[in-house]
Amino acid sequence: MIPALSLRNLTKVYKNGVTALHGIDLEVAPGDFFALLGPNGAGKSTTIGIVSSLVNKTSGTVRVFGHDIDTGLAAAKACIGLVPQEFNFNIFEPVVEVVVNQAGYYGIPRRLAFERAERYLTQLGLWERRHDQARMLSGGMKRRLMIARALVHEPRLLILDEPTAGVDIEIRHSMWSFLSQINAAGTTIILTTHYLEEAERLCRNIAIIDHGRIIENTGMRQLLNRMNSHTLVLDLVNPLDAVPELPGFIASRVDDHILEVEVSRDVNINMLFTALSARGIEVGSLRNKTNRLEELFIRLVGNKEDAA
Amino acid sequence: MNGREQYVAFKAILVKEVLRFARIWIQTLLPPMVTTALYFVIFGRLIGSQVGDVNGFRYMEYIVPGLILMAVITNSYANVVSSFYSSKFQHNIEEMLVAPVPNYLILLGFIGGGLARGLAVGVAVTGVALFFTPIPLHNLWVACSVLVLTSVLFSLAGFINGVYAKSFDDISLIPTFVLTPLTYLGGVFYSVAMLPTFWQSVSLANPILYMVDAFRYGLLGVSDVSLATAYAAVVGFVAGLFGFALHLLNRGYGVRA
Repeated sequence: MIPALSLRNLTKVYKNGVTALHGIDLEVAPGDFFALLGPNGAGKSTTIGIVSSLVNKTSGTVRVFGHDIDTGLAAAKACIGLVPQEFNFNIFEPVVEVVVNQAGYYGIPRRLAFERAERYLTQLGLWERRHDQARMLSGGMKRRLMIARALVHEPRLLILDEPTAGVDIEIRHSMWSFLSQINAAGTTIILTTHYLEEAERLCRNIAIIDHGRIIENTGMRQLLNRMNSHTLVLDLVNPLDAVPELPGFIASRVDDHILEVEVSRDVNINMLFTALSARGIEVGSLRNKTNRLEELFIRLVGNKEDAA
Repeated sequence: MNGREQYVAFKAILVKEVLRFARIWIQTLLPPMVTTALYFVIFGRLIGSQVGDVNGFRYMEYIVPGLILMAVITNSYANVVSSFYSSKFQHNIEEMLVAPVPNYLILLGFIGGGLARGLAVGVAVTGVALFFTPIPLHNLWVACSVLVLTSVLFSLAGFINGVYAKSFDDISLIPTFVLTPLTYLGGVFYSVAMLPTFWQSVSLANPILYMVDAFRYGLLGVSDVSLATAYAAVVGFVAGLFGFALHLLNRGYGVRA
């Protein structure tokens, strides 16, 4: 099967001498919902920039559905829809024109472009604002406008660079639902995000990039299964003066009413409650301290930095 | 992209460019009409009435071709330099760069926008001129071809300026310090034959002189320079600048990291 995206030994050295990518290899299967994560400055946007031909690569190969960007750039571009991190539309153009003009650049006739613009702007809740200048939209609406614009030529590969940055929780959830539908309909999606809950919820496979190198590339489930322990936060009914002895668990007291307990993956959580009950500690509620992927991400990236 | 898709892509860029300047017509189309009206009142009527005939024409008639062409030059240039630099500044040039539209069509789209504004202003200024003086038409083909070629040439020059510009200051430097002096010294308001021999020779190094004189020939039938030289100069510049602008775009100069 031809990969949706294949990167081989991809290197980028900027004119100022900074090496943003150190020969990375990456493959994304068709139909995948793929997370590309990494701290700021890790090389995510450079990678996306090269794939979408906004950044010139120094060396290596990039293939999009088998089309090499060195020999079949136009065919590769036709497969890609890009939602960049920064707003990059003409803020003085009416919303519908932003989408219709983009369709034109892909050779889509104006009438068909209007039909598609209506479909995607409606699905993303922007059709009522179609005659407004793009600058009049809220931040969340602008993000959705960029998604509609990226979809208007119905790309096989949709690349989303922080699509929900600065978007409120309700809109974010509706965008997740929309993107899941697009993916279920067959569009391959590559997502970069700082909301790791978003990646965990949407993506099936993941790569973590740091200092221009891929430090992890695996299935989301496999990665999460690697977690040896997680931390639970317990809200206590009665105040606690000191950290209780809980055999097999590492506990720490945050304040009178909050206890944090690190639980190993191979330990049954019922044992924790048995130990707590034996000491007369009543738990009102509990939650995970952090999102599981977030905890793993910090460990992976943190370890790399420690090693460096 | 097949031929049909390329045509659609070119049309999309051209329509976008035309709508851009048409939406802000108060800033783009009206000022050259007002400026030209002032030129006609001051230079044509007030001062011109004190000046005798030039090459057999009243001074007012003599300066009409130059004033039309001056408006075409400045507006073609301004349209493309401001549109391309704004696209770079707002990053919306990326909309075209990520699409499969070939670079030469992006260039032609911007040039088409500059040509459309140049011709629109040319027609508007001609309309203003007709309030002051009748305008003869000696050779329609020469007048139209020189108008179009000049507009294309300065659209290309504006594009190159836009590619190199790194700030809004950079897009006004060339018009202020190069374009305006060359235009004023390009025989818009006088015949080079009126200059001392030395300054006549210096003037012949000014490419705008050839365009103004060729256009003047199209309207009035008089010229200080050879028509063939004028065409050769303009066509040569157009070909050279087109090749250079396309080279910059292919390299991604100023638009790709």
